[in-house]
Amino acid sequence: MSRGVSGPSARRRGSRAVNALTLALAVCAPLVPAAAASPDAARGLAIAREMKARDRGFGNFTATMTMRLIDAGGGERLRQLRTRTLEGAEGGDKLLAVFDAPADVRGTAFLSHTRRDRADDQWLYLPALKRVKRIVPANRTSPFMGSEFSYEDLASAEPEKFRHAYLDDEAVEGTPSFVVERAPLDDESAYSRERLWIDQARYVPLKIEYYDRRGAKLKTLVAREYRQYLGRYWRATEVRMDNHQSGKSTLLRWSEFRFRQPLNEQDFLPASMARAR
Amino acid sequence: MRALVPVAVLLAIALPAAAREEWRGRLAAEFWGFAHSGLDPVQHRGDASLAVQPEYLARSRDGHQSLTFAGFYRWDQRDRQRTHGDLRELLWLYAGQGYELRAGIGKVFWGVTETQHLVDVVNQIDLVENPDRKERLGQPMLGATLLTGSGNLEFYLLPYFRERTFPGAEGRLRSVPRVDTGQAARYESPRGARHLDAAARWTRTLGAWDLGLSYFRGTDREPRLAPGLDAGGQPVLVPDYRQLRQLGVETQATLERWQWKLEAVRRAERGASSHAATAGFEITLPGLLGGPSDLGLLAEYLYDSRGRAAFTPYQDDAMLGLRWTANDGPGTQLLATIVIDRRSSERAFSLEASRRLGANLAASLEARAFSARAPDEFLYSLRRDDTAQLKLTYYF
Repeated sequence: MSRGVSGPSARRRGSRAVNALTLALAVCAPLVPAAAASPDAARGLAIAREMKARDRGFGNFTATMTMRLIDAGGGERLRQLRTRTLEGAEGGDKLLAVFDAPADVRGTAFLSHTRRDRADDQWLYLPALKRVKRIVPANRTSPFMGSEFSYEDLASAEPEKFRHAYLDDEAVEGTPSFVVERAPLDDESAYSRERLWIDQARYVPLKIEYYDRRGAKLKTLVAREYRQYLGRYWRATEVRMDNHQSGKSTLLRWSEFRFRQPLNEQDFLPASMARAR
Repeated sequence: MRALVPVAVLLAIALPAAAREEWRGRLAAEFWGFAHSGLDPVQHRGDASLAVQPEYLARSRDGHQSLTFAGFYRWDQRDRQRTHGDLRELLWLYAGQGYELRAGIGKVFWGVTETQHLVDVVNQIDLVENPDRKERLGQPMLGATLLTGSGNLEFYLLPYFRERTFPGAEGRLRSVPRVDTGQAARYESPRGARHLDAAARWTRTLGAWDLGLSYFRGTDREPRLAPGLDAGGQPVLVPDYRQLRQLGVETQATLERWQWKLEAVRRAERGASSHAATAGFEITLPGLLGGPSDLGLLAEYLYDSRGRAAFTPYQDDAMLGLRWTANDGPGTQLLATIVIDRRSSERAFSLEASRRLGANLAASLEARAFSARAPDEFLYSLRRDDTAQLKLTYYF
C-alpha cells in the first residue's frame, strides 16, 4: 500500500524536476554559443520546406501499388492496393487505399488524414461488416498489412512534425544529395531520428535511414525510378524498405499515376470508404 | 421480391455502360464439433456445412453510380433451418455532390462497441449463421445521406421486414424448446411484415470524438418469444414482433492508446419502455510482447433495464477480452472474451482466431463455452453446447 502511495508522488516529483530542467535549458538556450548548430537546423528545415513547396499544387492523384513482402528466408507475399491522395489545403494530405489482394481483405480500405498539430486521424473499413473502425494513434508504430512499412511511414511528412538538421552533401548512386537528419517531435514515434538523402536537383528523397528509440539502425528506404508528372511533380516507381533487425524487406512498385482526377474532400470521408471499392 | 423490379429497371437505364465490372465471391466449408450431446435427443454432436457468397460490382464511367450484388446460400448437413439463402445485397448507389442515394437491398452498420450493437437496428440478425448475433440479413431500403461539414445525416425508409432466423430442431446453440419459424410469426402491426419502418442517424467527428444519434420507428428486430405448439403438438416458442420507437446514442473517444466507447438506447414499445447501454474501452499496446504484434485489452459493461425479461443474455454483465494482432504476413489474429453475469452464474467464453493460408485461402477457428446453473437463466439451454468450429474460406 505504501508503495502505491509513494510511487506516483515520487514520479510526480521526478517529472517536476524534469520540467524545471527543461525550463532552465529553454531559458539558457539563446545565451549558449551553441548557436553554431542553428544554421544547420535552419538549412535542414529550409530543405524540408523546399521539398514540400516543390510538390505543392498537385491537387490529387490516383495510383496502383503492388507490395511484395519478402521474409528473411526469401519467401514472398503479395499485396495489391489502389490509392488516392488529396493535397491538403491547410491540414496535411489525405490518403485512401483500397485492397485488391490478398483476397480475404479485398475491399478493405484504409483512410488517413495527416494532421500537422497532432496525431493523424486514421480509419479502417471492413467490408464484411460494413464497419468503419477508427485506428488508435498508438498503432502508428505497427506494421501496415504485415509489411515493413508502419502506419507512420505512410503519413505525409509535414515539416512541422520534425526537428531538422542539415548534415552534409553526399552522392547517392552518383546523384548529388543533401544529407538531412530529422527527429520526430511525436514522442510516441518508433524513431529517434531519420536520416534522409535528398536529390539536390529534384528535391526528392532517394534514401531514408530510420533509427529506433535506442539509436540503432532499424530500416532503410530506397526510392528509385522517379518519373515526372504534369511537367513538375516527381513520383518514385520503386520503393524498397529493408528491416535490418528482422532481415525482412518490402518492395513497393507504383504504377498508373493519374493526376488531377475528379476527386474532392467528399471522397476522403470515413463515410465514403465503403464506396471506394 | 416484387419491390426489386423497379430497382432492376432503374439499373438497366442508369448503368448502360459500366466502366468497371467484376464478379467475385467466396466458398466456405465449416466443421462443427460439440463437447456434449444436446439437451434434445434429435440434436447432433457434429455438423458440416458449405456456404457460397457470389458478389458483383459495377460502376458507371463517371464514378457516380454503382450497383452491388451479394448473394448467399448455405447447405447444412444437420439443420434444415440453417440450410438457407439470402439476398445480402442488391443495391444501387448514386453519389452526388454532398449527398448519396441508395435503393434496393443493403446492409448498414451502426455502433462502436465490441460485445453487442444496441444502436444497430436497420438489419435483422441472421442468428442461425452465428450465435454472436453479428451476421445480418439483407434489408430492403430507400436511403439518402447528406454529407456536410457539420456531420452526416442518413435517412432510411424500410418497406419490408425480415424475420429473424433461428436454428431448427436438429440444430445446436438454440433454446429448448426451439423457436418455430415454420409457423406464421405474430405481429403487433396489422400490416405485418409490410409495415413501413423508418430510421435516421446523425454522425459527427470532432477531433478525437465520434458522436452518433439515431432514431428508429417500426417493427422491432428482436421478437418476444411466446409459448406455442408446433404442427406435431410439441411445445415451441413463436416469435412475436412488436412496434418499437428507439432513440440511440453512440460515442467513441480515440486517444493515444485508449478507445472509450458507449452505446445507449431508450426503447418505447406498447405499454413498456426500457433502456440499455454498453460502455467500455479498448487499450492497444503495440509491441508489448516484443516484435511487431499488438495486444489489445477490452472491457465492457452491458446493461438492460428489462433484466430477465430481455431477449439477450446481457442484462448486467461484464465483458473482459484480449485481442492479439500478429501483424505478420498471414495476418494472424486472435480475440478471446469472457462475459460474466454479475447477478447469476452465467458465463460465456469465446475464442476467435484467423489466419491466411495463401493468396486465396483463409482459415478461422471459433470456440464457445457456456455455463449456467439456474433454469431461468438465458444461457441455461446452451449449457451443453460448448463447441468448436473450423472454417476454411476460399476466395475466387
